Amino acid sequence: MSMSDIGEFDDHLPTSEQGRSRLAQRAMWVLLVGFVGLAPFMLYPVFVMQLLCFALFACALNLLIGFTGLLSFGHAAFFGGAAYITGYLLTSLGFPPLLGVIAGALFSAALGAVVGALAIRRQGIYFAMITLALAQIVYFFALQLPFTGGENGLQGIPRGHLLGFIDLNQSLAMYYFVAAVFLAGFLLIYRIIHSPFGQVLQAIRENEPRALSLGYNVNRFKLIAFILSAGIAGLAGATKCIVFQFASLTDVHWQMSGEVILMTLLGGLGTMFGPVVGAFIVVTLQQALAGIGSWVQVVIGATFMACVLLFRRGVVGELARILKINSL
Amino acid sequence: MDPMLRLILAQGMLGLNNGVFYALLSLGLAVIFGLLDVVNFAHGALYMTGAFLAIILYSYVGIWVGLSWLHVGFWAALVLAPILVACFGMLFERFALRWLYGLDPIYSLLLTFGATLVLQGLFINFFSASGTPYPGMPAELRGIVNLGFMMFPKYRLFAIVFSIAVCLVVWYVIERTRIGALLRAGTENPELVKAFGINVPRMITLTFGFGTGLAGLAGVLAAPIYSVTPLMGADLIIIVFAIVVIGGMGSIMGAVVTGLTLGLLEGIVKVFYAPAANTVVFILMVVVLLVRPAGLFGRQR
Repeated sequence: MSMSDIGEFDDHLPTSEQGRSRLAQRAMWVLLVGFVGLAPFMLYPVFVMQLLCFALFACALNLLIGFTGLLSFGHAAFFGGAAYITGYLLTSLGFPPLLGVIAGALFSAALGAVVGALAIRRQGIYFAMITLALAQIVYFFALQLPFTGGENGLQGIPRGHLLGFIDLNQSLAMYYFVAAVFLAGFLLIYRIIHSPFGQVLQAIRENEPRALSLGYNVNRFKLIAFILSAGIAGLAGATKCIVFQFASLTDVHWQMSGEVILMTLLGGLGTMFGPVVGAFIVVTLQQALAGIGSWVQVVIGATFMACVLLFRRGVVGELARILKINSL
Repeated sequence: MDPMLRLILAQGMLGLNNGVFYALLSLGLAVIFGLLDVVNFAHGALYMTGAFLAIILYSYVGIWVGLSWLHVGFWAALVLAPILVACFGMLFERFALRWLYGLDPIYSLLLTFGATLVLQGLFINFFSASGTPYPGMPAELRGIVNLGFMMFPKYRLFAIVFSIAVCLVVWYVIERTRIGALLRAGTENPELVKAFGINVPRMITLTFGFGTGLAGLAGVLAAPIYSVTPLMGADLIIIVFAIVVIGGMGSIMGAVVTGLTLGLLEGIVKVFYAPAANTVVFILMVVVLLVRPAGLFGRQR
């Protein structure tokens, strides 16, 4: 399977281009860290927290779609599944927030191991359909299990005290907790992609039979990538449920899986910073259009179509092309 | 008759009733996938569109043209709505989907996903999200018939028989006629078919129209049975995807048989453990993936 529109890593470039590439990457890092650090003083903190959670979710998905070439259409199961687990642990078992978030992420990683092991038995378009169908099982569980609150979801999840002494009910404390989780997740993905392991993932994306013939155990790499991606998506979902203090069926619905694909695509598949930009655009769009009710869905759908038809590199991908940089 | 057996037969009939819709939809998906290599996510939304077109034809068209007494009835809708959906499908193929041939098939899945959101959003705006009953059930299909083990609505029986007949006709056309032979040849080797002087792009457009028309037809048939809501296709399409994974998209007959069987199975599971009825198709999909990853009727590509 080849996704020809995806930005590639290439070490055989003239030094001047490598230099420009490095400079652009540094600029993006400064922009990102600066934004995350200063945003709550310029924008409504809850909005930025929502943004960061979805940005991390999109980055996690991008690890799979953009860097391994596997389209998961069921990532809401990991995002929402972790939200439910963390919500339950915090509400009913009195877990502290940090432990709850870690447990939620671990749960999603374990769920990812099961879903991934099944889904990698088929390729391409079937992979997408299988992940979609398996995520639907998780949706039905979220609807029917006794602890999930059915149609209402889990409500009134307590934010609690981080490490016992930082009160997360204070807006700024909550914000910097989310910011720390986001940056940690983002750095982890960055490290994964730039490690030898990440290079193999990209080799699989570019040409699976060749990676196989080079002796790589392709299925094992795919499965590990899937577990990592699911775990980080879970991290995002668990954090989101503490911010908003609820976990709902929306979080596990297939439409959520679609929305996060849109974020990733809009920002740029296979780019490091693209999903963050994509999440920013989509979340802002949803906030701005909240007044027009279900027309939002029409706008989101039309954006999706326009993006697929005209704009497959995404915002950051196009930017990289214009600046003649090979990776951002 | 043993009451347990009676219950199983009764739920089996209701399950079969769902099964014919699975069969019609997975048939349309298989026809489209066969020639275009496109998995049409919008199939569920087009099914929903077909159902709403039946309502629009009955309740609104008369008012729009200034003849408030005019109701375009069920039989006319059964012909008109699929044609309208097919026309929409062909326009969509011609002016959007066509741009994506030759790229990774995932992009066409995403495009049809976007189309799904647009269609759903539009219908949510114009109709209530909670469900609209179809007012135009024809008089000759009202009432119930005695099947010996249960009293069964006449209309549902008609829907089952009619859908199976449609599936058989489609199977016959594709497997036994010249048009079908061209289609199958186009699947195997489009270049060669082109060399015979066949207009392959037009054939692709017509095939997509035909497949989406089948979804529209299923929608009209479903309108008098299920409550017509903008989301009626959304949850259905995921079940149909699972069915397609189970059956494999290789064969027309495979799609139909798997659809019918799984509907039946769902009904019977409802007798023994109702909460599992929602998930039995997905669980079966898992089992099939473990045992025979290519699907029951499929070949691994």
